[in-house]
Amino acid sequence: MQLTDRSKKTDKRELNLIERTYLPGLATGLGITIKHFFSKKATIRYPEQKRYLGPVFRGHHILKRDDQGRERCTACGLCAVACPAEAISMVAGERQKGEEHMYREEKYAAQYEVNMLRCIFCGLCEEACPKEAIYLRHDKFVPVFTSRDQVIYGKDQLVEDMKDRYNRDAWTKEDMEQMWVKQRIANGV
Amino acid sequence: MEENKVELVTVTIDGHQVEVEAGTTIMQAARKIGPEVAPPAMCYYKPLEGTGGKCRACLVKVAQGSTRDPRPMPKLIASCITQVQDGMVIENFTSPEVIEARKGVVEFLLINHPLDCPVCDQAGECHLQDFSFNHGVGTTRYEEERRTFEKEDLGDKIQLHMTRCILCYRCVKTADQITDKRVHGVMNRGDHAEISTYIEKAIDNDFSGNMIDVCPVGALTDKTYRFKNRVWFSKPYDAHRDCDKCCGKVHLWYRGEEVIRVTGRKNMWGEVEDFICNTCRFDKKESSDWTIEGPTKVSRHSVISANKYRADLISKPEFALKVAESQYKQINDDRPFLKELPEIKKSEDYQGLMKQNKDYFRK
Repeated sequence: MQLTDRSKKTDKRELNLIERTYLPGLATGLGITIKHFFSKKATIRYPEQKRYLGPVFRGHHILKRDDQGRERCTACGLCAVACPAEAISMVAGERQKGEEHMYREEKYAAQYEVNMLRCIFCGLCEEACPKEAIYLRHDKFVPVFTSRDQVIYGKDQLVEDMKDRYNRDAWTKEDMEQMWVKQRIANGV
Repeated sequence: MEENKVELVTVTIDGHQVEVEAGTTIMQAARKIGPEVAPPAMCYYKPLEGTGGKCRACLVKVAQGSTRDPRPMPKLIASCITQVQDGMVIENFTSPEVIEARKGVVEFLLINHPLDCPVCDQAGECHLQDFSFNHGVGTTRYEEERRTFEKEDLGDKIQLHMTRCILCYRCVKTADQITDKRVHGVMNRGDHAEISTYIEKAIDNDFSGNMIDVCPVGALTDKTYRFKNRVWFSKPYDAHRDCDKCCGKVHLWYRGEEVIRVTGRKNMWGEVEDFICNTCRFDKKESSDWTIEGPTKVSRHSVISANKYRADLISKPEFALKVAESQYKQINDDRPFLKELPEIKKSEDYQGLMKQNKDYFRK
């Protein structure tokens, strides 16, 4: 019974004398191996080299600052209520006089903690944020941890460093399409 | 004797018929039927006399004025201040005209609202949030500068954010009716109207804290609770205590073991029926001061119920339970059966089965 016409016809004839020595078969097989030996590798040397994961990869959390270096987060709690794993917790503080250069609005997150053991990197916090404060970086993983004390990330690990600002390559679908075109041109395709 | 008898009238709201006493408002008749037909209210507050008729959130269409005069009313009317007549037919959620009008009302209420919900302490229990979410549109057409006010201090207990105010006058009526000495009201007119205490006099009478509960938006909030926690992260408990000034029935809002806020007990319409005194509200923030009755029942659709898991609130569908009950059959286990393995092995059934599957049991 033939279900599709894609099946390969196998040659079931008796092998002749030369074929019975298996030498031509061995040579073809070895030829394929040698060809791969010289072709481009599919693997990379991971810790030294890193693959580009795409502009929408969800990695390490970051609390963005605005152009003037003020924290955007106002501790509204929408990320925490959106979080399906209940990984986020925060304590709000009131901005005092003279702190206007640090916090954008009159309320700010005095503490902001993400429990990385709980986090499932779904990106719902990013989606819920009305102040465009929390993002999941596309270029950085949350590193491996070896003890439970290292798991809860506080503001010291989350808030953006003004000297090394985070920028996503593409924010919208249109941006991403443009970026792909550029990549294709760079690769000469 | 006949004259003293209260006359009952029949009204139809969204297809539901209800009998109410003559002189009730459309809002009260609708609330008698239930939340599925009750119009939203922003300024109307049942426990306070003279509220209502300001925000236009409760507009309804009267399709038939009464049995005697069946003509429809020419315009949408405010249901909280209009009395019912016999044979009145009212359309609320079934009328596209009303739904369209409410979109406009939301837009007007939000014109001067700062929309600072991420900062506002009322977020999560704000009536304006609910109202605009349920009846408004997701976008704004307003481009002009929003109205702002100079900050005014109302003492160390109550925080006033005049920018958030929608001028519902509820707090003014509270000051009039609940407290003995009115110290605040609305000053100026039109676009410049603002809630204010007379010559910045601090509010220091004993029931002034009820303004916080009464305020539908975040204009009057608890200063002792300011930025302590979002509403939906704290857990509400019903509690009471013996108080010589008020009824002492409250909600305690917990963060962990700590009471972070005390509010009056609100009913299903978000209205406090028994007002509480400032001692209960601001000074008794220890669990030991209160007799705890148990966790407050919060609607599953409210954000306050988020991340709180209560077995008693998860209900199984009534219909399925009824069907299961009606179709339940006791298992008839009277048939004799063999219990011991050697006996089973001797039985005809067993041997037949082994014979049928002998390929599998070959040794």
